[in-house]
Amino acid sequence: MPVVHIATVVPISQTVGANRIVPAVAIPHPLGNPKLDGVEEKVLRRQLVEKALSALTTGIEDQTVF
Amino acid sequence: MTIKIVHYINQFFGQKGGEEAANLPIELVNGPVGPGGALQALLAGKGEIVKTIICGDSYFNENEGVACMGIREILEDIKPDLLVAGPAFNAGRYGMACGKVGEVANALGIATISGMYNENPGYELYKNYAYMVPTSNSAAGMRQALPAMAKLITSWAEKAGKLGTPQEEGYMPRGLRVNVFSEERGARRAVDMLISKLAGEPFKTEYEMPVFDRVEPQPPVIDLSKATIALVTSGGVVPKGNPDRIESSSASRFGEYSIAGLQALTCESHETAHGGYDPVACNRDPNRVLPVDVLRDMEREGKIGKLHDLYYATVGNGTSVANAKAYGHAIAMHLLNAGVSAAILTST
Repeated sequence: MPVVHIATVVPISQTVGANRIVPAVAIPHPLGNPKLDGVEEKVLRRQLVEKALSALTTGIEDQTVF
Repeated sequence: MTIKIVHYINQFFGQKGGEEAANLPIELVNGPVGPGGALQALLAGKGEIVKTIICGDSYFNENEGVACMGIREILEDIKPDLLVAGPAFNAGRYGMACGKVGEVANALGIATISGMYNENPGYELYKNYAYMVPTSNSAAGMRQALPAMAKLITSWAEKAGKLGTPQEEGYMPRGLRVNVFSEERGARRAVDMLISKLAGEPFKTEYEMPVFDRVEPQPPVIDLSKATIALVTSGGVVPKGNPDRIESSSASRFGEYSIAGLQALTCESHETAHGGYDPVACNRDPNRVLPVDVLRDMEREGKIGKLHDLYYATVGNGTSVANAKAYGHAIAMHLLNAGVSAAILTST
């Protein structure tokens, strides 16, 4: 069962051994941005989740940051 | 001779505020601030904190390039004899920042002395670049941490930077190999160790085996449109009211919560229990940490087969490695038994 880690501080994710990593927006809002309006923010969130799903459907040999 | 010290601390110890001040950029102040005052007193004239760098933990970790440029400029300008960072205890972002500024200082030929809990990721990642004193896992240990750092700083000053081994000086192993001359040659020492080992007697290895906690990458999902995707988070998103009372730090458990029938999380339905980041953005819109809204859209569109009805949450703030591992294992078993195809784990 593959897992993708959406996290802001990528080196920590790598060090604890996550194999599929997607860099997030910021620590208090990894999948959002309060500076954007609601519609734009949801588009941003959608893009990140799509990247995460893409990571889940990609075969990898080693730890990979997507 | 009094050595010239620059002290790096975060927004909290710099008396700027808590998580709401975590995005403050670099501020340079004259003299010691916060714990720097006590540290300087403990140095009893051996060292003087001429400047203090205060920087928000989130700011540093989210803007590492810019922050490091600023740190480099400050160090090039002031030319301290030594950089002191922290102590960071178990604060992950703070430890990472302390380690990273150590790396910046190292590139300028300036040594760094720091202090943090041995599970702090800043130790694992940056131990090559600083002498880090082991501390307890919370600021309650400040009264032990500062004297320990002062002792190491004093030793460093008295020995003109030529510190002895971690065991002699009281810093955590840096993973750096140092050549020394030995009385006995290597073959003899190795055979002596083997003889002790075979006799069941204690022996001291010269090279500890590193522990790599790695997992084989799992094969990818073949068809997302048929897959069940589960959400897991260490960001502490829980139903409003935190019914299981998951702790804001050092969580003793994880929760399993239903999102069946929920199209999105809202400020009325959910909140964060996590005490290690500014909760405002998440509490206003919890989808910012647990993206239920987007995954529901994708489920409706047929892009994914199903969003799993249950999600799992804990608080990743100061969670011990042992507990985090146990929760991960338990959650994985739940997901596997439920026939979940893949999981998205979000962290703050």
